[in-house]
Amino acid sequence: MDGRAPSMRMALTVNGGPVEAVIEPRELLLDFLRDRLGLTGAKRSCDVQVCGACTVLLDGQAVSACCTLAYEARGREVTTIEGLAADGHLHPLQEAFIEHAAVQCGFCTPGMILTAATLLHDVPAPTAEQAKDYLKGTLCRCTGYWKIIEAVVDAGRRTRETRE
Amino acid sequence: MSALRPAGGTAPVRPGVVGTSMRRVDALEKVTGAARFTGDMVVPGMLHGRVLRSPLPHARIARLEVTAAERMPGVRAVLTGADLLGAGFAGTDPYYGHAIKDRPIVAIDRVRFAGEPVAAVAADDPAAADEALLAIRVEYEELPAVTTVQAAMAAGAPPLHEGPLRPGLFHGLGELRREEGNVCYHYRFTRGDLDRVFTEADVVVEGEYTFPAVYQYAMEPHTVIAQWGADGLTVWACCQHPYLVRAELADVFRLPLPAVRIIVPYIGGGFGSKSYTKMEPITAALARKAGRPVLIANRIDEAMVTTRRHNMTATMRTAATRDGRVVARQCRIWLDTGAYADNGPRVAATAGDAAPGPYRWRAVNVDAWAVYTNTPPAGSYRAFGATHMQWIGEAQIDALARKVGLDPLEFRQRNLLRPGEEVRPGGQPLDADLVGDVTKVAAAIGWGGPKPPLVGRGVSVGLLAAGAHPVSTAAIRLQADGTAVLLVGTSELGQGARTVFTQIVAEELALPPDRIRVMGADTQFTPYDRSTGASRSTTLAGGAVQHAAVNLREQLLDIAASVWGLPRASLAVRDGAVWHETERLSYPDLLKRHFGMIGGELIGRGEVRPQHGTGSYAEGPVFWEVCVGGAEVELDPQTGQIRVRRLASVADVGKAINPQLVEAQEEGACLQGLGNALFEEMLFEDGHLINGSLLEYRVPTTADLPDEFRSILVENADGPGPYGAKGVGEGALAAVPAAIVNALADLGIDMRQLPLTPERVWRRARELGLAREVVS
Repeated sequence: MDGRAPSMRMALTVNGGPVEAVIEPRELLLDFLRDRLGLTGAKRSCDVQVCGACTVLLDGQAVSACCTLAYEARGREVTTIEGLAADGHLHPLQEAFIEHAAVQCGFCTPGMILTAATLLHDVPAPTAEQAKDYLKGTLCRCTGYWKIIEAVVDAGRRTRETRE
Repeated sequence: MSALRPAGGTAPVRPGVVGTSMRRVDALEKVTGAARFTGDMVVPGMLHGRVLRSPLPHARIARLEVTAAERMPGVRAVLTGADLLGAGFAGTDPYYGHAIKDRPIVAIDRVRFAGEPVAAVAADDPAAADEALLAIRVEYEELPAVTTVQAAMAAGAPPLHEGPLRPGLFHGLGELRREEGNVCYHYRFTRGDLDRVFTEADVVVEGEYTFPAVYQYAMEPHTVIAQWGADGLTVWACCQHPYLVRAELADVFRLPLPAVRIIVPYIGGGFGSKSYTKMEPITAALARKAGRPVLIANRIDEAMVTTRRHNMTATMRTAATRDGRVVARQCRIWLDTGAYADNGPRVAATAGDAAPGPYRWRAVNVDAWAVYTNTPPAGSYRAFGATHMQWIGEAQIDALARKVGLDPLEFRQRNLLRPGEEVRPGGQPLDADLVGDVTKVAAAIGWGGPKPPLVGRGVSVGLLAAGAHPVSTAAIRLQADGTAVLLVGTSELGQGARTVFTQIVAEELALPPDRIRVMGADTQFTPYDRSTGASRSTTLAGGAVQHAAVNLREQLLDIAASVWGLPRASLAVRDGAVWHETERLSYPDLLKRHFGMIGGELIGRGEVRPQHGTGSYAEGPVFWEVCVGGAEVELDPQTGQIRVRRLASVADVGKAINPQLVEAQEEGACLQGLGNALFEEMLFEDGHLINGSLLEYRVPTTADLPDEFRSILVENADGPGPYGAKGVGEGALAAVPAAIVNALADLGIDMRQLPLTPERVWRRARELGLAREVVS
């Protein structure tokens, strides 16, 4: 033994496709996605589950990949920002973030959009107050948030109109 | 500075791109996760570097034992100060620093702050590197530490740096003097007979003020990859100043400039924290020792001890006549620059310049000292100097207004400098309508309207010396298919430079934006741009881009004129073609005629440089960035908690090339200002950072958004940049804390310390005997 931890095998679904991997028990989901699968959309910033830059969806729920063990994703479905656009169409949130200039440096954007996606899942057409309340666990240092809130509200409105 | 605009040329036909809110050219990549940041790059053979940092604020390194670490599995190299002095680094200068070369690449014999790199490990993976750090044995002999400016300035204080200070490549602040004791830099200016004017004045206000250390929190911490090869050193880094980093690395490693190549991927926010040289030298030295490419990615706690905003104490007094004229101001400023100079000298000079504020003084005197202490180095953070001083100067303006019985807005309208008036002797005169700006911001927060109880309103006005050095160059390659590739060395860190440059090229070349590509900074290929910061990119790099596009347009017109045998003046560009009345020659046609084949390319070049004066700092700035804000706050008298009801700022942008991006950047600056005002503060105990994580260091969230939040665009076409543009994006950060402080003073609570934590507000209200009154 060279001091390495023993490896473990797991199967999971990532962005709709099956993945099998050999991982270390201590391996974080964020490192697994970024280093093994090359899915670098999820970002590392605070490392303590405060900023939301590493947010991915685990069975549709937003989790901080920096504080989630890769093994916790076994047998489950992971969605990263790379997998949000479906059938070649951007998600309404992605459209709205572009249109409202809710993107600046882009480092928080993947986590912000995925978190907002779970909001739209629960509350299809949120008000600005609901969006503000829901997104308070996801940091952005560039925008001052206002254009993000506008984009989320607009995406919700558009989604509802499409559904109706 | 009107000479910065291109001379002559045919008036461009406007496809309506400049002045419209075109979508960001990088937005699609950024919303899909495709955008690559430095930490997303993988270089073949790349190792992972980790840094061992000093646990003590000041100590001699008695023994440093790395053999055990070197033998651990996966470990490829361990770098220490001894290496820098050894044969493997022969000829290398182990010290760097753009202002003052006072900083070792990795500690040599001694550490001067808690968090200073003592050793660095390169290993196959981050876990192996982390484990190796634990195997490094260091024996420290603790030295007396001076962890506050007061201690560092005391008689007999232990010096942090002995001997003469060596100037860096870009100190740019005149002759470097060795100051007394731990003073790193002293900036001073004076005019008028201060004593006489103060004596003759009717009313005087004075006070002592405290400003905290603040963390920039760029969400992407400093990340660098360095690789050595036969042709020299290649560095991928999230740096704002790639050309200055190149020059410093070339200087440190004694290489010609082309042997150092800096490539800048997308940057996850900068705000000054990635200005000048940060983690590049240690990464390059470690890669050199390892003989392999190395990635070093700071964690947040490491980023916090890499650079920060200067904490400060200051005294100020300001005098006015009883009929409401400000006449004199004196200010003394002590900035804690930490263990190494970083950008401290410039911060001191900029704070000194910001201290008088935009008023007409009969006498003014400012002293600003940057002082070494055993704390992490302080450098640039958005609107440095101005943020330090505006809340103080503007609080005294309000206090004087109240003393002479004038409304603070009216008092400002009377006293503010007018366009064309001198701001600083010999420098750029005022190039903005401040009275118009403050009047707009006051209206936006309901100035003069009815006020509910416990609601206060405040405005603030300031100026920030902006633009840094006016040197930028750009090139445009027009391809055989009529598409254009813009080469410019500006870093894209969220501000939208690539989008704005696209708009400028589209405007001048009459090309649709989707036929223009903007490359990221790569010092091997993109022409020189002095730096990305100081609100300079649109004005200066944008100016170079405009020149390059005009130059290219002239070439196209020349070719068409010769093809048709017509005078150039009878031709115009439109829709990707040169036109003569109803005849057209498309750009691909023109290139084909010119080169006699399908191929070849036309290259337009542009540059911006100081056209008059010496271009020295004393004659600057390129323009005065306006810092105007307004706030309406509500106080909870039970807790001292402040709620910001309305927040407004003015983006006095000259010409908004992309209004939506101006607004977006301005809103970001406002919210950083709100954080700086209300709660952001790095806390040190005996030189140790005690809130070094985002669990304990709080930045604004959506929960902190004001009820009403407005950024007002002012476009007077009075800037030196393309179409009359001038930079914005920093000013609001200086203006907002000042406006909030004044809004609180409107309730009778004059605060002398930032941030305005509930406890401090509540205590100050009690001290002033206002608590009971407020409570009732």
